[in-house]
Amino acid sequence: MTDAEKKAKNAKKSAISVFFEEVSRSSLIVPILAILSGLLLGGILVGLSSESVYSVWSQSPFLAISNGFKAAWESYVTLVTGALGSPSRIIAAIQGGDGLEIRRAFNPIFESLVRSIPYIFGGLAVSLGFRSGLFNIGVEGQIFMGGIFSVWVGYSFTGLPAFIHIPFAFVAGALGGALWGFIPGLLKAKTGGHEVINTIMMNYVAFRLTDWLLREPMRREGSTNPLSPIIEESAMLPQFFDEPIRFHFGFFIALAVAALVYWFLFKTKWGFDLRTVGANPHAARYAGMNIVRSTIVAMSLSGALAGMAGANELLGVNHHLSQSFSPGYGFDSIALALLGRNHPLGVVLAALLFGTLRNGATRMQAAAGIPIDIISVMQAIILAFIAAPAIVRTIFRLKEPRKAEAEIHVRGWGGS
Amino acid sequence: MAPILELEGITKRFPGVLANDNISFSLEEGEIHGLLGENGAGKTTLMNILYGLYHPDEGKIRIRGQSVRIASSGDAIRAGIGMVHQHFMLIPVFTVTENVMLGDEPTGFAGILDRESTAKRIREISSTYGLEVDPGAHVSTLPVGVQQRVEIIKLLYREANILIFDEPTSVLTPQEADQLFRIMRSLAESGKSIIFITHKLREVLDVCDRITVVRQGRAIGTTTPQKADNRKLASMMVGREVVLEVKKSKAKPSALTLRVENLKVLSDRNTLAVNGLSFDLRGGEILGIAGVQGNGQTELVEALTGLRHPVEGRIELLGADVTRGTPRQITELGTAHIPEDRQRDGLVLSYPVADNLVLNTYYIQPFTERVVLQPDAILRYSEGLIDAFDIRTPSSLVDVGNLSGGNQQKVIVARELSRPIKLLIAAQPTRGLDVGSIEYIHSRLVEKRDQGVAVLLVSTELDEIMQLSDRIAVMYRGQIVDVVAIEEASKERIGLLMAGVLSEGQKA
Repeated sequence: MTDAEKKAKNAKKSAISVFFEEVSRSSLIVPILAILSGLLLGGILVGLSSESVYSVWSQSPFLAISNGFKAAWESYVTLVTGALGSPSRIIAAIQGGDGLEIRRAFNPIFESLVRSIPYIFGGLAVSLGFRSGLFNIGVEGQIFMGGIFSVWVGYSFTGLPAFIHIPFAFVAGALGGALWGFIPGLLKAKTGGHEVINTIMMNYVAFRLTDWLLREPMRREGSTNPLSPIIEESAMLPQFFDEPIRFHFGFFIALAVAALVYWFLFKTKWGFDLRTVGANPHAARYAGMNIVRSTIVAMSLSGALAGMAGANELLGVNHHLSQSFSPGYGFDSIALALLGRNHPLGVVLAALLFGTLRNGATRMQAAAGIPIDIISVMQAIILAFIAAPAIVRTIFRLKEPRKAEAEIHVRGWGGS
Repeated sequence: MAPILELEGITKRFPGVLANDNISFSLEEGEIHGLLGENGAGKTTLMNILYGLYHPDEGKIRIRGQSVRIASSGDAIRAGIGMVHQHFMLIPVFTVTENVMLGDEPTGFAGILDRESTAKRIREISSTYGLEVDPGAHVSTLPVGVQQRVEIIKLLYREANILIFDEPTSVLTPQEADQLFRIMRSLAESGKSIIFITHKLREVLDVCDRITVVRQGRAIGTTTPQKADNRKLASMMVGREVVLEVKKSKAKPSALTLRVENLKVLSDRNTLAVNGLSFDLRGGEILGIAGVQGNGQTELVEALTGLRHPVEGRIELLGADVTRGTPRQITELGTAHIPEDRQRDGLVLSYPVADNLVLNTYYIQPFTERVVLQPDAILRYSEGLIDAFDIRTPSSLVDVGNLSGGNQQKVIVARELSRPIKLLIAAQPTRGLDVGSIEYIHSRLVEKRDQGVAVLLVSTELDEIMQLSDRIAVMYRGQIVDVVAIEEASKERIGLLMAGVLSEGQKA
């Protein structure tokens, strides 16, 4: 067929069909459908696990089913209001004019943002690794290392002005994470030791190191609990509102870092190096790129981003180190990097979703008595759909994606 | 008597492409019928329809005059149709017998596999058709040519009468290919009917009874080897006159460019793949490295380009010692490398054409200013190359993985030849390409030679070596057994050297 014929054929398609074709081929549609499927199946689970379904089942199955729907609906309403705030309460608070009440009404949405920040850093860490062909499972450990370093700088140095102390502590956190990424990176590059195994091992080292530090060298004076001293006020990330809103400057750092990662990966020659090594190491070697260097650099940078997540949490929210300051941000980050298609913008969006879900789930548990685990199940379902796009494509009858897209995720395991 | 197989008016559309356009085709009993066409002409689509993998939008399939519907490969097998795929469908860790019985395992008492009866059948089939193979051997230990025989035996074991060979010679050495042709003839003589898919002219002229040429989804015509020749088939295939002979003047060798001394290189399996090899290469000449695949050519090229460090010996490029040089150092000294495995080494398939065109120059001006990539400069440059090298792509932003094999190779050739270079190392530059692309790439290699570039051509295609080289070095078991000037070279002489037979007075 000649080009002219092809053009004629394309022209005949209606604008709408072209639009749908593009949408179904783009990489956005699968994550969105996966999220919707996750919400739907999560709702069914809430219904199935609801007491009110079984108590009336023997009398009226119809009533039981409608109870199930009601339970699912109610829990989603609490999830949404818990995550974003309730419109009626906001209106009432504004009319009331009481400052504290207004802040309380707006708090849920700000809290969702606060919960998203570590996810942004963590997701960026994982996706930078993925893009470079490396599977960084060690984000959780790197978060702890970032936390240790930044808290230490935060409480050991006194009398520094905030504009020095904050960057100092933050960069220290990034370096701590970078160190924890550098080691498996070096092992991978020099000995071929697989980064998946080594980063998992490094996680345990980081956890136990935290335990030990909190028991002896870093324990708060006079405290019997494993807690570090509280950092100097000059090292705390500034908050913008009074109690109870914890929204802090880290959110803007996270967005700036996401933009920086995008620029680095897609606009600089260094990023070109890393992405090429990730996409096809053979061709990268052929083209004269230094695979050893790029592996070490990628793992260190990935670790640094993860370290920033730890620094951010401790300098912005907790203000001291504890054994459980990260509820598994690092592991969720692997998931959300996939959901965000390993693109910084996608990661930010996925992080906002995860932060919102997590925050809403806390409220859902408190208000509706739905276990917080249902959110984990939902996240798992979303991920299962993301990881197996074929399922989503089959259920929703989508066309095959362009070949190149599908490749990137699998590469992480390819290693050498 | 009706032909054993008839395809009538087969049409198959894919979104935006008419893959088969009203193709009719017939196969007589005991015939070898060649299906000749460039890559992407629609041969494989047609055969996949026949094998039940695709469903035609229009058209009929008749076997022995009876109209049949083939909805799956199971239907095809039941109808006596068997296919030898380009990539073998064998399980390497299983034995020949186990592979052959797979999918139709005879069982004895209590469901125990009856390997012996299958092995017996395999031996019968082997001796009937001259397909020598040991039923007890593990497939992973067999050479490629023998693995292909196992594929054929699989079909015969299932009593296929219509055998489809999809580009069967692309993985074979010339000797193995000749053996395959003998096997095909003996199959045809014993009444099997064969469809032979290929894009190589010599092969269809050698073995086929009839030849059907396919171009852009249409059957252009059917002819016989008696009525056709290379030139006629090539022009039918490409749709225009094709220059098969490369026109070139006598070489004017200039300064010494590359000197290799006593080079020893290990293979991945730590055996000496290149074992004490020396040669000189001057500007303005093409040195062809002939040899059967696997005699150390791959390792030699990798050593010369810095991808593999030699264990001994010396490589000197334009007076500089690059024995342990990195690929980038060697590239920056003016080396271009067309790699043997273009999809693995030469391209990033998930990158757009533009990025692939600057894959080894992206870091220098004007493509990078300070550290920031300059997309405008890259795009402008790549669009220039797309025009100059006639790369058929909808745009420079299309992923290179979506281009045809010939156009992928043109991307590499464009990238490598458009730099100021002193040495060009071309490994299997036309493997798997269609006639049009081969013609194009050959003329570009000669053009570079005439501009004074030293060209090292590594190829297992003897025709290609003979056509392009000014001198031919024959590699055998990691060594150069002889270097022959083109005036003194003949196919027979080079062929014997490739098999390790030394010329007179040269016996070691």
